[in-house]
Amino acid sequence: MSVAQFLTIFISAVFIYNVILSRFLGLCSFVAISKETKPALAMSLAVMFVTTMSSIITWFIYRFLLIPFGLTYLRTISFILVIATFVQFVEMVIRKFSPPLYRFFGIYLPLITVNCAVLGVAVLNIDMFFINGRAIAGSFYYSVFQGVCVGLGYTLAMLLMSGIRERLDLCNIPKSVKDFPLAFIIASIMSLSFLGFNGFKF
Amino acid sequence: MKKLFHEFLKGVIKENPTFVLILGLCPTLAVSVSVMNGIGMGIAATFVLLGSNIIISLLKNFIPDRIRIPCFIVVIATFVTIAELTMKAYSPALNRALGIYVPLIVVNCIVLGRAEAYAQKAKVINSLFDGLGMGVGFTLALILISAIREFLGTGKLMGYTPIRGFEPAFVFALPSGALLVIGLLLGFFNILKNRKI
Repeated sequence: MSVAQFLTIFISAVFIYNVILSRFLGLCSFVAISKETKPALAMSLAVMFVTTMSSIITWFIYRFLLIPFGLTYLRTISFILVIATFVQFVEMVIRKFSPPLYRFFGIYLPLITVNCAVLGVAVLNIDMFFINGRAIAGSFYYSVFQGVCVGLGYTLAMLLMSGIRERLDLCNIPKSVKDFPLAFIIASIMSLSFLGFNGFKF
Repeated sequence: MKKLFHEFLKGVIKENPTFVLILGLCPTLAVSVSVMNGIGMGIAATFVLLGSNIIISLLKNFIPDRIRIPCFIVVIATFVTIAELTMKAYSPALNRALGIYVPLIVVNCIVLGRAEAYAQKAKVINSLFDGLGMGVGFTLALILISAIREFLGTGKLMGYTPIRGFEPAFVFALPSGALLVIGLLLGFFNILKNRKI
C-alpha cells in the first residue's frame, strides 16, 4: 500500500479508464440526464455516493461471506441484490430525514439500482484487488478509493457533457441527429480527447 | 402462429432494442471491437432474455406487485450466472475478452425492461417469442456495429481481409470509435424513419 498506488488508481479511474467515456458504464443515464447541469450534478453526486458505499459493502460480502463458504460463483446475484436493497434503503432514509435533499435527488436515486457503473465498480474491485480468491494487502482501502474515483470520473464526464449540451440548445442542428445521435457524437469527441491521458507515466 | 411470428419480428425491426428503444448500450459499445465478441455477447444476452422472460411470465401470478423489481432481478441474475459459468467452462477465451460485461448483463436495461413491460403481463408462449425476438434484434445490432468497427479499425472481418491494401484507422477500435459509430448509425436510422412518413 503506497501513495503511488492510490495516485495510479485515481488517474486511471478518473481519466484514462473513465467509467463513461472508456468503459461505457452508466451510458444510459449519461445521455438521458445530461441535458441540463443541475440534474446532471444531482445524478452524479448520487452515483458517487452509491459507488463508494457499494464498494464497501460488496468488499465485506465477498471477503467474509462468499470466500469462506466457497460461494464466489454467487457474486453477481448477491451483489445486485445488496445494491438494490441498499439504494432502496437510502431512498427511504433520505425521504424521512431530509425532504430538501430528497427533492434534490428526486427520481435519480432509484434509477441508480440499474446503473451499470455501480455493479461494474463492485465487480472491477473484485477482479483487481483479489488474486486467486485472496485479498491483496490493502485491498479494502483500494476498493473504497476506486469507488470514490469512479464516482468522480462519472461526475467529470457528466458536468462536461451537460455544459456542452446546454450551449447546443442555441445551435441549429439537423433534425436527424437531434438529441441522442448528437450526444453520442459529442461523447465520441470527448472520449478522443481523454485518450491523451493514456500517456501518463509514473 | 402468425401472431407469434409478429411477436418475434417486432423485436428484430420495429422495436429493435439498440436502434429504436436505445436500451442496453453499455455492453453493445464495449464488446463490439470484433464480430466474434459481438456474437458471443448476443448469444449470452439472448439466453438470459429467453430464460427470464419465460420464468417471469410463469411466475406472474405469484409475484407481489410491490416487490416485483427485486424478484425480477433475482431471476435475471440466476440466468446471468448460468451463462457466465457456462462461458467460463466452454469458452474461456471469449469470457476473458468480454470481461466484466458478462456479469453486467444483469443490469442491462433490455432484460429488465422486457420483464417489466411485457413478460409480467403476457402469456408464456408470447413472452418466449418476445424474448427471442429482442435477443435476435440485439445480436443483429451488435453484429452490425462490430462489423463496422472491426473492418474500419483493423481492416479485417472475422479474421479475413476483405479488401487488400486497405489502411485501417485504429481509432475505430478505441472507445471513441464506438461512440462515433453508434451516433452516426442512430442518425442514419432517423433519416430513414423521417423519409418514410
